[in-house]
Amino acid sequence: MSDSLPVVERMPVERPAGCPFDPPARLAELRSRAPVTPLRFGDGHQGWLVTGHAQARAVLADPGFSSRHELMHLLDPQIIEVPPAGPGQFIGMDAPEHTRYRRLLAGRFTVRRMRSLAERVQRLTAQYLDDMAARGPGVDLVDAYAFPIPAQMICELLGVPFSERAHFQHLGAVANQADVPMEDKLAAFQEMGGYIADLVERKRARPTDDLLSDIIGGDLDHEELVGVGSLLLGAGLDTVANMIGLSTFALLTHPDQRDALHADPERAVEELLRYLTIAHTGFRVALTDIDLDGITIGKGQTVAVSLQAANRDPARFASPDALDLTRQAAGHLAFSHGAHQCLGQQLARLEMKVALPALFERFPSLRLDVPPQEVPLRAGDDVYGVRHLPVAW
Amino acid sequence: MRVIIDEGRCVGGGRCAVAAPEVFDQRDSDGVVVLLRADPPAEYAEGVRNAVMLCPAAAIELREER
Ligand code: HEM
Ligand code: SF4
Repeated sequence: MSDSLPVVERMPVERPAGCPFDPPARLAELRSRAPVTPLRFGDGHQGWLVTGHAQARAVLADPGFSSRHELMHLLDPQIIEVPPAGPGQFIGMDAPEHTRYRRLLAGRFTVRRMRSLAERVQRLTAQYLDDMAARGPGVDLVDAYAFPIPAQMICELLGVPFSERAHFQHLGAVANQADVPMEDKLAAFQEMGGYIADLVERKRARPTDDLLSDIIGGDLDHEELVGVGSLLLGAGLDTVANMIGLSTFALLTHPDQRDALHADPERAVEELLRYLTIAHTGFRVALTDIDLDGITIGKGQTVAVSLQAANRDPARFASPDALDLTRQAAGHLAFSHGAHQCLGQQLARLEMKVALPALFERFPSLRLDVPPQEVPLRAGDDVYGVRHLPVAW
Repeated sequence: MRVIIDEGRCVGGGRCAVAAPEVFDQRDSDGVVVLLRADPPAEYAEGVRNAVMLCPAAAIELREER
C-alpha cells in the first residue's frame, strides 16, 4: 500500500492567505487522502508525514518511536546531522534516561502545585494590566502582556532573577525563528547556557527557595543542571507568550466567542490550544519496523507528526475549522501525547485561563490597532504566533 | 468499576487529577499518580473514562465489571 502513495516532496508550510489561524490547506488534503503519507526530508531521506488524529496519537504513545535527536532527519536541508541531546535536555531522550529527569521534575509541576500559584498569576496579571493602562491606549500586546507574564512566572519558579532577563530575553525570539541563520541560533543558545551555568554556581554558593536551588542538592551534575535549566527556561519563555498573543488575535477577530471565554475559561483554553496548535509539528524515529494503520514504518525512518493537522481532523472534532470555545476539546494534541507530553502544561493552562479573561474584562473595548492582515506572524517558525499585536481600547 | 494504575508508565502530567479529582491525585515528590479510590462509585465513571482517554502514557485501566 505504501508503495502506491506518492511522496510529498516538501513539507507544506504555507498558511492560506487571509486565514492566519488555519494550518496549510495542503495538510487537510493529505489527511483526507492518506493520514499517513510518505514525506521527503531536507537531506533526501524518505520518511513519513502523519496528519490524522488517531494515527498521530498512536505514534506519540508508542515507545517504539524514539525522540532521540541524533536519529532524526529534519526538514531543513541545511541540517544534515543532528547532535544528540546534551546532558539534561530530556526532550530529546528516550526511557530510561528521559524518565529519570521527568520524575525529578514532574513533582514541581503537579496540578496541586500549579493551583497554589494561581494567586501569584492573578497578581502579576493585574500588575501588567495596570502598566498597560498607564502606557496606552496603543501598545504592542506581546511586549506589554503576552511575553512578560509567563516570562516572570518561569523565572520565579526556576529562581532566575527577572531583572537579569536581558541575558536571555532575545533567545525566545531567535531560537525558534525560521529566518534566523543557524549560527545566530547556536550563539543565542550558547549565551543562555553560559548564563545558566553561572546562575547554577551562584545558587550552589547561596541557595534560594526555587526549583534550581532544590535540584542542585540532588544527583545531577553541573552539565545536567545547566541543560535542565536551559530547557525549562526556553520552553517557558516562548510558548505561553505565543499562545496569549495569538489567542488574543483570534478572540479579537471572533468577537462572538467572547462570552464563552468568560463563562468557562478552562474549556475555552482547551479549544484555543486545539485551534491554534502553536507547536505545530513533532518528530519521532521508528526504532523497529512498526505497523501504523496497515502501513509499515521502517526502522530508522523519521516521522513528522503534524499536531496542527491532527487537531483539525474531522474524524475527531466536528467542524474542526470552527473556533468554538464551548466545545469539549480536551483530547487535542497541542501538548503532544505519550511520555513527552508537555511537562509545563498545567502552568501554561493556569497562565492562559487567568490572563485571557482578565485582559478582556479590563479592556472591554480592546481592538486591533492595525488591519488584521498587517499583524506580523511567525510564519515558518517552530512555534507559531504573532510577532507583535498592536492593540488599542 | 475497578481502576488500575501503572505507576511505572506514569509521566506525571496530572491529566487524571484534573479529569477525576475524586479518584486520582499526584505524589508531591515526583508527580506520579496516586489512586484515591480503586472502586469509585458510578457518579465518577465519566471522569475516570476521560482520564483513561487523556492519559498520555496509557497508565490507567478501567474494568467495568459488575
Ligand atoms: C501553551 C504553551 C505550551 C505549548 C503549546 C507546549 C507544547 C509542548 C509540546 C508539543 C511538547 C512535546 C514535545 C514532544 O512531544 O516531543 C512539550 C514538551 C515540553 N514542554 Fe511544553 N508547551 C507549552 C508550555 C510549556 C511551559 C510553560 C513549560 C515550562 C516548564 C514547558 C516545558 C516543556 C518541557 C520541559 C517539555 C519536554 C517534556 C518531555 O520531553 O518529557 N512547556 N511542550
Ligand atoms: S494522566 Fe496518566 S501519566 Fe498523567 S499523571 Fe495521570 S496516570 Fe500519570
